[in-house]
Amino acid sequence: MTTEPSARLMQGDAACAEGAIAAGCYFFAGYPITPATEIAEVLARRLPQVGGRFIQMEDEIASIAAVIGAAVGGAKAMTATSGPGLSLMQENIGYAAMTEIPCVIVDVQRLGPSTGRPTSPSQGDVMAARWGAHGDHPIIALCPSSVRETFDLTVQAFNFAELYRTPVILLLDEVIGHMRERVTLPSPEEIELVERPSTTVPPEWYKPYENFPADVPPLMPFGTGYRYHITGLHHDERGYPTNRSDEVQPWLDRIFRKIERSLSEILLYDADGIENAETLIIAYGATARSARYAVEKARKRGREVGFLALKTLWPFPEEVVEHAAARLHRVVVPEMNMGQIALEVERVIGRHKVRRVNRADGEMIQPAQILAAIEEWA
Amino acid sequence: MARRYEVRLAGTGGQGAILAGILLADAAIRDGKNVVQTQSYGPEARGGASRAEVVISDGDIHYPKVLQSDIILCMSQEACDRYGGQIREGGLLILDQDHVSRAPTTRAVRAPLTSLARQATGREIVANVVGLGMLTALTGIVSREAMEAAVRDRAPKGTADLNLKALAVGFAEGERIRREAR
Repeated sequence: MTTEPSARLMQGDAACAEGAIAAGCYFFAGYPITPATEIAEVLARRLPQVGGRFIQMEDEIASIAAVIGAAVGGAKAMTATSGPGLSLMQENIGYAAMTEIPCVIVDVQRLGPSTGRPTSPSQGDVMAARWGAHGDHPIIALCPSSVRETFDLTVQAFNFAELYRTPVILLLDEVIGHMRERVTLPSPEEIELVERPSTTVPPEWYKPYENFPADVPPLMPFGTGYRYHITGLHHDERGYPTNRSDEVQPWLDRIFRKIERSLSEILLYDADGIENAETLIIAYGATARSARYAVEKARKRGREVGFLALKTLWPFPEEVVEHAAARLHRVVVPEMNMGQIALEVERVIGRHKVRRVNRADGEMIQPAQILAAIEEWA
Repeated sequence: MARRYEVRLAGTGGQGAILAGILLADAAIRDGKNVVQTQSYGPEARGGASRAEVVISDGDIHYPKVLQSDIILCMSQEACDRYGGQIREGGLLILDQDHVSRAPTTRAVRAPLTSLARQATGREIVANVVGLGMLTALTGIVSREAMEAAVRDRAPKGTADLNLKALAVGFAEGERIRREAR
């Protein structure tokens, strides 16, 4: 292996912070919590260097509220927390979904529930990311498995948030967040950035929730002459509260449609060895690393093992999983929880085909556990 | 799969096991290797068990944690009791004999890391870096130059000279032990 001059040792949390800067993040509000504190620590230093703002808030509820406010002001904005903080943020994540305000929420998952084991990893917030906020709403959640991927998916989280006017949750785990790894970051010109859809219509014509164009209406920053109403109540095209069913249902249909019509862009994953596979492993986050190790060992033993590493967890890549598992009867789903993505896999391909490998004791799933599940079926 | 070298550095919170892991990982990158460093520690700022794991390879590193250590540095009795036996055959177990009295094997390399640190620098706090110096001399897993550069760049602000001194002491001790073993 040759050393590229730019190769360096970097922590996952730091890569997340640098990814945010690279994505054009201008505002961070947060409250420190293990194992996400390093994201705030780096951004407290870095954001002022690029003309941005960092605020430590009094708690996580205020943090996400400040982030939503900054986003309405036109900034790309982010907060970072862990399980207990994510629970506190849920109401306002729902508010961001309801008001279609782009923002990025990073959750570095630690072992829960409650205070749990603050310094130990888990993947226990997968369903909380999907359904933690009450009420029907779409959400995008991304989940990296390396330091470089943490950088890339942080940029991607901002791009999706801005493109689709939606909160995006970036699900790290303690292993990925705290892990230091050799990494080479892309140069600025290699990074594709997306800016929020805008409009040139005069302020008096502007409707912030109009179904035009293409399901994602432009969001004009407050303070630029565009005056409009924002509320967590169901609202009409101009943003004023409505009780009319014929306005509520079309709005809900639209916010689901704006995500569903772009699935081909949103669903990110790595797949290999699917064609000849007898067994398929589906994994994500830190567990994808255990799985990759196990897959290579199993292949050395002559097993035909396919591997699907999910980077987008929500919306769940139903068709990707359905297609990958179509010929197969054996799908192993390892995760550092009692079975959360397994529920989705089972929903899509049927319960009898799925072998869960679970661990929620604060330790990573070991390759041997996944190998055993492969061998058990072989 | 390329050969993995797995290193575990363990002690009590505050002894600098994790910093030692970061320094070793940084040195490996300077030598052109691939590396992953992870950590495990309790919720306390000081005290409690603390460990760093460093996996070094010429190829991809998928599983980031130690499976079976090639090298273990134990800076507390608790760490030695817990990890001292989990070593690959032919592996290297280094113990700070100022803190470890019972070892799982007579083959362990014992050295008074804390006393060496105090004598050479007046500060026990750099015992971790003395251990790193020894480890570097005994294994060659990273080059001495890379280790020095890592310490210079990554030691806490204002402590580079102190830590470089500790590294040199550890390296000399490691060289001495290696000569005697011949």
